[in-house]
Amino acid sequence: MTAIQINSVEKSYKGFKALKGVSLTIEQGEFFGLLGPNGAGKTTLISTIAGLIRPDVGSVQIHGHDVVTDFREARKKLGVVPQELVFDPFFTVRETLRLQSGYFGIKNNDKWIDEVMENLDLTNKADVNMRALSGGMKRRVLVAQALVHKPPVIVLDEPTAGVDVELRQTLWKFISRLNREGGHTVVLTTHYLEEAQAMCQRVAMLKSGQVVALDTMSALLRRVSGSQLIVHLKSGDLPQDLRHLVSHDEHGNSNGTGNKYSLRVNDYAEVEPILARLRESGAVIDEMQLQQADLEDIFIQIMEKGAL
Amino acid sequence: MSIVSVGFRTLFYKEMLRFWKVATQTIAAPILTAMLYLLIFGHVLEGRVEVYPGVNYTAFLVPGLVMMSVLQNAFANSSSSLIQSKITGNLVFILLPPLSHWEILLAYVSASVVRGLAVGAGVFAITAWFAHLSFAAPLWIIVFAIMGAAILGTLGVIAGIWADKFDQLAAFQNFLIMPATFLAGVFYSIHSLPRFWQAVSHFNPFFYMIDGFRHGFFGQSDISPWTSLAIVSAFFAVLAAVAINLLRGGYKLRH
Repeated sequence: MTAIQINSVEKSYKGFKALKGVSLTIEQGEFFGLLGPNGAGKTTLISTIAGLIRPDVGSVQIHGHDVVTDFREARKKLGVVPQELVFDPFFTVRETLRLQSGYFGIKNNDKWIDEVMENLDLTNKADVNMRALSGGMKRRVLVAQALVHKPPVIVLDEPTAGVDVELRQTLWKFISRLNREGGHTVVLTTHYLEEAQAMCQRVAMLKSGQVVALDTMSALLRRVSGSQLIVHLKSGDLPQDLRHLVSHDEHGNSNGTGNKYSLRVNDYAEVEPILARLRESGAVIDEMQLQQADLEDIFIQIMEKGAL
Repeated sequence: MSIVSVGFRTLFYKEMLRFWKVATQTIAAPILTAMLYLLIFGHVLEGRVEVYPGVNYTAFLVPGLVMMSVLQNAFANSSSSLIQSKITGNLVFILLPPLSHWEILLAYVSASVVRGLAVGAGVFAITAWFAHLSFAAPLWIIVFAIMGAAILGTLGVIAGIWADKFDQLAAFQNFLIMPATFLAGVFYSIHSLPRFWQAVSHFNPFFYMIDGFRHGFFGQSDISPWTSLAIVSAFFAVLAAVAINLLRGGYKLRH
């Protein structure tokens, strides 16, 4: 079943094209990452999915319901955690969550509200006014508000921006459980690429309002050929015939000076011949490390080159 | 769509809770203001002005002050709630759920009516001590109080959606609502005005609300309460249509 269908969405603001024909299909049960630098169009796209922004061209459906023409059904299926830390200063945490349940047509929802608060470590703040909460606690309430109606599709717009490690762990534990056990679709935007790499099964990268990469996490990681062999020499020098492998040295130069080098290797089989050549040249290795390519490497390459 | 849906009831309850939690500011303060008007104007003009035969000035003034409080507070409720939510960003909690345009409008307007009537009842309870009042046609009192509050609540929704900043809302209140209320016959009968200004007053919808409301107390008014009701109802229908279209089109709410 398709959770979110985005068809050729375009959106402009006073001549600036924030989205240039974005199309995506996200299936039910996926943990999907939406990545890109600031200004790439992630929040505009999420706001379009949420119905807060109306596209100039194209359409968005949640579980087959158009977010503009059939907005009531579409919104029932969707829970959104906005990026901005917003709250209503008149109410306590429990009042806030009860009101949000009611807006979605759910009354007597205290059992689920208690469970959500428990899972987000909010129980002891239930009767505290929103104004009195720390930023991290307010962020937890925003997440809880998005979950009060048990939406099958959850969209989190940078939910861990500026929050401590404890909240990140609490949040991801709960969201992962909802995805794994409840089959909820999760769409995530984040600047913490290690989070995206750990959580997301599939990723779309946006640049200047366009999708420049869309693939599974494993396929994306495979796209970057090889790893980095980092060697720190105690004595001796890097032989000339290995210098073409240097991606950068300790000074960030690619011509290989100093005694610490990052060498490109395509697979593990290439490591031993390099070590043998170093021994043969008389160089003595002080420290050595084999570093796998990660999402950050891929992200940087895609954003620099446009595509891999 | 049922107007008693859970969504409507929740938003209505939230709007009620919002003004109730700051009742000193939203209910007690306007009651005190109205009482000061009565004490000052009543003291200065009592015995010097007789607007209707057999009705002293303080008694004449009470319904006008009650209605003025109803109108101003109904407007303040919906407009301030919307502008605060827009500026602080928490309006998103109303925009993300599956609330219909009618549910949103009716909830904001209903809460405005409740606040307007609560303040009006408070003003009446206090000011009634200073004047002997009759209740010639109580049904008209109720009808015009509810209609007046609903109209101003709807105007508050329109102003709250339109305004981007607090000073724009203040301008709406100070340059439109306040003059229209004061020039609608709160402190006088329009029959005491020169002919030209009497004619101008007939273009002010607030005049019909106050005149019809006053008729409920004294059984006397500048024009027939039925005419006032027809004009007030038509004005409400136009404003409701404008408000619902703003909500449906997402004007300044959904970009």
